[in-house]
Amino acid sequence: MPALTRNEVEEIALLARLQVEPDELDRMQHELGAILEYFAALAAVDTEGIPAMTHAVPMDLRLRPDVAEPSLPADLALSGVPRRDGELIVVPSSIAPPGRAGTGQKP
Amino acid sequence: MTTQFWSVADTARRIAAGEISATQIVETMLARIAAIDGELGAYLAVDGIGARAAAAEIDRQRAVNAILGPLAGVPIALKDVLVTRGLATTAASKILQGWIPPYDAHVVDRLRSAGAIILGKVNCDEFAMGSSTENSAYQPTRNPWDPTRVPGGSSGGSSAAVAAGLCAASLGTDTGGSIRQPAAFCGVVGLKPTYGRVSRWGVVAFASSLDQVGPLTRSVADAALVLQTIAGFDPRDSTSLDTPVPRFTDALTGEVRGLRIGIPQEYFEAMDDEIRAGLTRTVDALVERGATTVDLSLPHTKHALPAYYLVAPAEASSNLARFDGVRYGQRVEAADLLEMYARTRGAGFGPEVKRRIMLGTYALRSGYYDAYYKKAQQVRTLIKRDFDRAFQFCDVILTPTTPTPAFRFGAKTNPVDMYLADVFTLSCNLAGLPGISVPCGLTSEGLPIGAQLLGRPLDEAVLLRAGGVIEAAVGLGERRPAGIGGIA
Repeated sequence: MPALTRNEVEEIALLARLQVEPDELDRMQHELGAILEYFAALAAVDTEGIPAMTHAVPMDLRLRPDVAEPSLPADLALSGVPRRDGELIVVPSSIAPPGRAGTGQKP
Repeated sequence: MTTQFWSVADTARRIAAGEISATQIVETMLARIAAIDGELGAYLAVDGIGARAAAAEIDRQRAVNAILGPLAGVPIALKDVLVTRGLATTAASKILQGWIPPYDAHVVDRLRSAGAIILGKVNCDEFAMGSSTENSAYQPTRNPWDPTRVPGGSSGGSSAAVAAGLCAASLGTDTGGSIRQPAAFCGVVGLKPTYGRVSRWGVVAFASSLDQVGPLTRSVADAALVLQTIAGFDPRDSTSLDTPVPRFTDALTGEVRGLRIGIPQEYFEAMDDEIRAGLTRTVDALVERGATTVDLSLPHTKHALPAYYLVAPAEASSNLARFDGVRYGQRVEAADLLEMYARTRGAGFGPEVKRRIMLGTYALRSGYYDAYYKKAQQVRTLIKRDFDRAFQFCDVILTPTTPTPAFRFGAKTNPVDMYLADVFTLSCNLAGLPGISVPCGLTSEGLPIGAQLLGRPLDEAVLLRAGGVIEAAVGLGERRPAGIGGIA
């Protein structure tokens, strides 16, 4: 397995929605590469025809009746929101307004 | 013995009998926390107002001869990944600083209904990712047996608080050993139930196919009592098992005659000499009492660590996507949405959490899923099959909980070295089995050693039965930590 390039680390950070400082990028490139090398041993395990594990005790997914049940009142559910306008959550635009710096990338 | 070290059962019985009030118990605990927790660092939040109000209510109920719950007046500390209505929950992360949840986790609900008193929230590694509690964004927690050493992790606040007598019991979570490993480091009992035995509703999710809530206590009997309270079906958790819950206290028979103890060779290859001596004492004690040992092999054990460190970060990268500055916790403002997400997460998460999110994102990338996540899930099946085969020849498996006793702060600087601290505990989570760590003596330096027992799915009873015998034969008895807040 090849070690990670710096570009790959930047791309993963973008996918993970993580702002990473340049010195953090250097450290992560080194650390993640070492960890992935350690994991390379798994590739040699013969898993031909072996199902992926889902639960320790065999069980089927349960369905519940499609009936409305009591839930948290909206105001309580929204009590931890950093910015609100009544029952609406306020977030910045998905595209930076003209004249303001943004990432220029689609979220 | 002082009230702080009373067992769960003893505390509840004395309160019910009127020997002491719940208020007296809570005041004693709060005073002890105020006196020594500045040095220990177990608590992130102490709920003095809530605990006093709950104690007054128990005392009022007793005064009118109301029927008290089985844990009435028992003071309990919760790992800070369990959400608590009206009480700050941070998962030891800056990103959740100041968040006051509007609801209680299922297990918190169960404890309150049983009359238990929530003293507060205890420290852990950020989002339960770590083996030493050094990854908390807030404070270090010290090991009460030796304050220069870590209490283990991730439930290190729980293990330290229980060992130092700052609560009667604590709830932790265990994703790869996070209850059993700190229990071993601090000389207490830690039980990870079968996956699905205890509802995860209201647990801040780390790796959903591995996470399980369980008790850390000063005795095996206390673990049985707390597990009894929190176990059982909950329709709000889709992985919760709709299976009868046995009376766990009935399992403590004190008998192991005829019990077949599996000794897996792969778990006895590399470990500290004193840990090996502790385990030998434990095996001898069980055999003297009529158990038999069965040598066996779990050949896929060596793949557990890489499989775990693919599955857990992959699931974490997905679970932690919810922390984006929109619905709860901290937000760093920015000109557009994507930048707000990235800045909020960049500022809010610590280094280990970022590392695991990055690893998981890498493993789940388009085109990589089969090579990493699916492969690791297939290896889990192989590990589970090893155990299925082993349990045809034995009733319970005995291993060390950790390869070394508690290490010093800063001793593990390389991430993979830290991951190796969990090498004996991970397979249990990958296979979904129940596991317990029980103290089995001290090293020459006075550090606790833990023996781990693993059982068949849903057979927590055999862990309690054999664990109770280990405790009686080679446990710590009345020995208490002297490092911090030692009481003669």
